[in-house]
Amino acid sequence: MSAIEPTPSDTPIRNQLVAGRVRSAWIFLTPMLVTLIIVAAWPLARSIWFSLTDASLLHYPEAKFIGLGNYYYSKTITMDSGATTTTMKGVLVDGAWWNAVWNTIRFGLVSVLLETLLGMAVALVLNAEFKGRGIVRAAILVPWAIPTVVSAKMWGWMLNDQLGIINDLLLRMHVISEKIAWAADANYSMIAIVAVDTWKTVPFMALLILAGLQQVPGDVYEAASIDGVHPIKVFWKITLPLIRPALMVAVIFRLLDALRIFDLVYILTPNSSQTKTMSVISRENMFDFDKLGYGSAESTLLFLVLLVMVTLYMKLGRVNFDGGVQ
Amino acid sequence: MKKPWYQVTAFYAFVIFVVVQAVFPFYYAIITSFKSGTALFEITYLPTTFSLQNYYDVLFKGNGTFLQNLWNSVWVASVTVVVALFIGTTAAYALSRVKFRGRGVLLMTILGVSMFPQVAVLAGLFEVIQGLGIYNTDWSLIFSYTIFTLPFTVWVLTTFMRDLPVELEEAAIVDGATPWVIVTKIFLPLMWPALVTTGLLAFIAAWNEYLFALTFTASNNAARTVPVGIALLSGSDSHEIPWGLIMAASVLVTVPLIVLVLIFQKKIIAGLTAGGVKG
Repeated sequence: MSAIEPTPSDTPIRNQLVAGRVRSAWIFLTPMLVTLIIVAAWPLARSIWFSLTDASLLHYPEAKFIGLGNYYYSKTITMDSGATTTTMKGVLVDGAWWNAVWNTIRFGLVSVLLETLLGMAVALVLNAEFKGRGIVRAAILVPWAIPTVVSAKMWGWMLNDQLGIINDLLLRMHVISEKIAWAADANYSMIAIVAVDTWKTVPFMALLILAGLQQVPGDVYEAASIDGVHPIKVFWKITLPLIRPALMVAVIFRLLDALRIFDLVYILTPNSSQTKTMSVISRENMFDFDKLGYGSAESTLLFLVLLVMVTLYMKLGRVNFDGGVQ
Repeated sequence: MKKPWYQVTAFYAFVIFVVVQAVFPFYYAIITSFKSGTALFEITYLPTTFSLQNYYDVLFKGNGTFLQNLWNSVWVASVTVVVALFIGTTAAYALSRVKFRGRGVLLMTILGVSMFPQVAVLAGLFEVIQGLGIYNTDWSLIFSYTIFTLPFTVWVLTTFMRDLPVELEEAAIVDGATPWVIVTKIFLPLMWPALVTTGLLAFIAAWNEYLFALTFTASNNAARTVPVGIALLSGSDSHEIPWGLIMAASVLVTVPLIVLVLIFQKKIIAGLTAGGVKG
């Protein structure tokens, strides 16, 4: 830690200096704090408030408090005949919501697993000395640099059923026997989403893992090689344990990012119930179906899920609060 | 130790696969963008025709909407970055160089905000943006993008500043320099590389953003940014997706990014791993 700290042999002048530094630190922090309150804290609080009201897009200023009605609400009606019917409403009993939750989890787990494995492979390659390493590192940055909307469109074109090059390639290689509408067919749309997201995110994963790999001192490998340890054993027994902290941070970070996915799903497979995620369904309710309150309830639930995960990230990732990740 | 030939071959085969899969989609977008008319309906792996018709159409037809979108993107991303760097630098100085109570919690909160699901603030932002009267203008985007550019900037700059030698600052304090002088006269000149990297990453994030742009500007052609513009591109015939146009537009908005990323490769990798942030 490089900040200037008071020493035991403090003189009054030194104490005054430290107090002055702390005071100016808070002055320096004020613009950021005020900005974050305006653009983040307040909108978040209002979104949570809307989730407890019957707000709609046009009439949100007159939104009425309805408690947890958007989340769960049951009403029992007694008919004239004496029979009773109970209706349950709210996000927590909404099949479409749970479908979106399932899609999000499915997508998150599968894509992050694939991205970690492939990212690890690419990172190991980039960590080796070979001719053309610079070109490979530059090339893998390309998918990362392409805007998500653009990659969704590019892949939408490549995965097109009649004109797409992927079908052509797979037909030529006899992997498939007929053309598949990857994005439009409900059976394949999730595969398409996972594939495109993996393509786009492996570079990021690889670079984070590579940063971890480069922290491993070379003499560790040298010692292992002198002792004649098999490379695969070296990986499992030496490399993996040493990069585990970096790997954990990368995985949890990616998972958080995957669970809030919006653009790719929204553009590549619009209106597919097989891929609709929590972010997509929540925005759809707010702005397309004019149920601002109901959609806010969904976005609040997503927020709570991610809050729990961020807390886990802080604990497992051993984040160093002096700034930076260890 | 010489490796057997089959291991070397397998290694290079994997390397080639990694490179080809990474660049092929963009290559394919480029060759598609040069095709027009019926050439679009033939699947080819190598460029066959060279026509700039798609580029001409996307730039100059449709009343210059796409040019307007491009300009909006540049404007929104630039202003967002300048604001974030301006507010972020002083905050990062306080967070990295001064020890005070609550610093850990503050840093944790900032990291938390940068991992926020954007949809969680969407309804509240909508209300604030309506209240400020900036709905359907590019100001709504500059306002809302600060939610991810600012925490990211503060976080990365804090990690950069933490590593600057403490002696510099001590010498300045002995000479009676105020914190403001320390930041502007001593740290800022040393911070340029970090500011460029952070600014670039924040610029890319703002350039690529879709959810806020779709929600806050989609009903106003003149305020849209390119991601929304591309997503909403439609041809003269509403039943047919204008793939040639879309690919030309995609190439136009991506080439500057790829050039920037390749030029600043090393810095970007350093910034990404410091911030642990996806663009």
